[in-house]
Amino acid sequence: MALLQISEPGMSAAPHQHRLAVGIDLGTTNSLVATVRSGMSTVLQDDHGHALLPSVVRYAINGEVIVGHEAQAQQSADPANTISSVKRFMGRGIHDIVDRAHIPYRFVTSQQAQSSKMLQIDTRAGLKTPVEISAEILKTLKARAEKSLGGELVGVVITVPAYFDDAQRQATKDAARLAGLNVLRLLNEPTAAAVAYGLDNASEGTYVIYDLGGGTFDVSILRLAKGVFEVLATNGDSALGGDDFDHRIYCWVLDKVREASKNFVPLNEEDTRLLLNKARQAKEWLTDNFEAQILCKLSTGTLVDVTLTAPQLVEITEHLVTKTLSPTRKAMRDANLSIEDIHGVVLVGGATRMPHIRQAVEDFFKQEPLTNLDPDKVVALGAAIQANALVGNRSDNDLLLLDVTPLSLGLETMGGLVEKIIPRNSTLPIARAQDFTTYKDGQTAMSIHIVQGERELVSDCRSLARFDLRGIPPMAAGAARIRVTFTVDADGLLSVSAREQSTGVEAHIEVKPSYGLTEEEITNMLKASFASAATDKKARMLHEARVSAGAIIQSVNLALKNDGHLINNAEQQAIRDEVARLEAVAQADDAHAINQAVEKLNQATEAFAAARMNASVSLALSGKAINSLEM
Amino acid sequence: MAITLTQTAATRVEKFLANRGKGIGLRLGVKTTGCSGMAYTLEFVDEMQPEDLSFESHGVKVIVDPKSLVYIDGTELDFTKEGLNEGFKFNNPNVKDECGCGESFTV
Repeated sequence: MALLQISEPGMSAAPHQHRLAVGIDLGTTNSLVATVRSGMSTVLQDDHGHALLPSVVRYAINGEVIVGHEAQAQQSADPANTISSVKRFMGRGIHDIVDRAHIPYRFVTSQQAQSSKMLQIDTRAGLKTPVEISAEILKTLKARAEKSLGGELVGVVITVPAYFDDAQRQATKDAARLAGLNVLRLLNEPTAAAVAYGLDNASEGTYVIYDLGGGTFDVSILRLAKGVFEVLATNGDSALGGDDFDHRIYCWVLDKVREASKNFVPLNEEDTRLLLNKARQAKEWLTDNFEAQILCKLSTGTLVDVTLTAPQLVEITEHLVTKTLSPTRKAMRDANLSIEDIHGVVLVGGATRMPHIRQAVEDFFKQEPLTNLDPDKVVALGAAIQANALVGNRSDNDLLLLDVTPLSLGLETMGGLVEKIIPRNSTLPIARAQDFTTYKDGQTAMSIHIVQGERELVSDCRSLARFDLRGIPPMAAGAARIRVTFTVDADGLLSVSAREQSTGVEAHIEVKPSYGLTEEEITNMLKASFASAATDKKARMLHEARVSAGAIIQSVNLALKNDGHLINNAEQQAIRDEVARLEAVAQADDAHAINQAVEKLNQATEAFAAARMNASVSLALSGKAINSLEM
Repeated sequence: MAITLTQTAATRVEKFLANRGKGIGLRLGVKTTGCSGMAYTLEFVDEMQPEDLSFESHGVKVIVDPKSLVYIDGTELDFTKEGLNEGFKFNNPNVKDECGCGESFTV
């Protein structure tokens, strides 16, 4: 018979209608799946009692796809068809992978593959994109969850690093869809860790999430205000993790062995793996013990027997610990915070079990970090809590936690300027609309160019997409009303629509951003916007002045052509002189001078404008009986 | 008669209540829905209703409304694992017939 879980008061589901939801931590090294059972977030294990699923996918000879421990074990035997750390390639183009010479996979570098912008790996089972490979990991976790919960999943929350851009988030969502999962939301990993510790129950606070995983280090600073976590700063090192500690111990052991035996031969691959394994075991053992013995026999017959003590481990890995503190310091500086501003520090990632890491973090922040949850599982646990709330298994729905847009979204206006529609750090989901108009008489189409970034000029921001709105009825410049609506869904994905209000013609685009904005680029874009605020403002003023000068020159010339006869030649010449003067000034870089010249031209045309007004009024009235006029 | 918990079930309920941080006990009930008539409900209790009956089993307060009690009197609640799945199970002596999945029943 079916097994039941305890529900919140009044929230019992009807039979066969359990709202099963899980949280998935799709990690670079390991992935996990968790769910809330009887009010408690728990990580789901596989048949062998493993909670962690190594994020390794192997395409075997018989066509089978193997995921996890088994695939990991075969990695060195079949490197080209066994893909690990695929998360690093998500949403990336071939040009983003700078160190691909050191990666054993066969990347597709053909012209066609490059034009598709999506990276592809040539495996035994054909060309595979990172999205497809990630989908295999997600499928395995989905099967585990459905077996554990005894039913189909209603939805999942998947975590992504805070610095993931739209392309990487979209790729993650695509992978989930491919795996047959309904993504309720993508959640930032540090936010998930904070949720697991229940930090979202506080009213407000600023928290640091220190995440030292197998191969990556990320530090994020979150500010909680009114139930919304805002990412103040992120930093890290994409090539620093627990594996580096293993490697350091391995080198230390090799040195010891070399000292002991004179004719030491270099290790073969198998021995290297054996010794690395021993190093990892020693590291883990030293978390709770004073010394670890590393004892093994190499294939050459050499006996390795060395003892590593906890203080020795601290000494040989001290530089690695220090390496994590410099990104931490940078993140604090970016967020403009000092140590006293931090209300709590959360440790994430298996490597943070090492006592000297904890000590270093404690010394740095002058407070004891939160460690009572398993650092390997904390992100998945938080994602599960969020998934449970999103499918409606909780009565207090105010807990729906929101994310924010990492960068401002806007569009290009005349003169290469950015009009921001959705500012940075807006809570998601969000929809904002703004009305725009045509720039030229009789303009029947409008090109909409969507950009992302903080700078004032389009050339300094990142271009996301372009589309055209056609079929605008011909009208005088400025008469058309085109409403442009930006919508960002709860996952941070953008869609834009434009609608001409009088006729209802509409155009729409889902922004699938061009793949390949790096974390560094985002950070640099942000930094550049702060550094160049003053020059940007100047540039903006100049562009605006030029645009208005261009518009007025155009309309004055048109008016002279059509209605020039209404004024005498001397008057016409005076206006032409002012137009010429403005044209000259608009070439230079002085916004103030341009504005002054515009003002002078305005004054010079006052009489002309009045004459035109009279002429058009009398034209409209002539030949009509007074009582036929509708006033 | 009464409603009882097995020791395993009681330990789990205590753990879940402690984790939740609030709640006075566990409510067992019956809803008239489901493919064969009635379905069990299992909920945390924050507030007792005036008509509620309560039992004590292995230190856990079990709360039942009188209408439900008619259908589940004598039930023993167990906590079991079936493969990767785990959860609570009603051993209800009143049941005549269950639907295939056991989530709903008739008396």
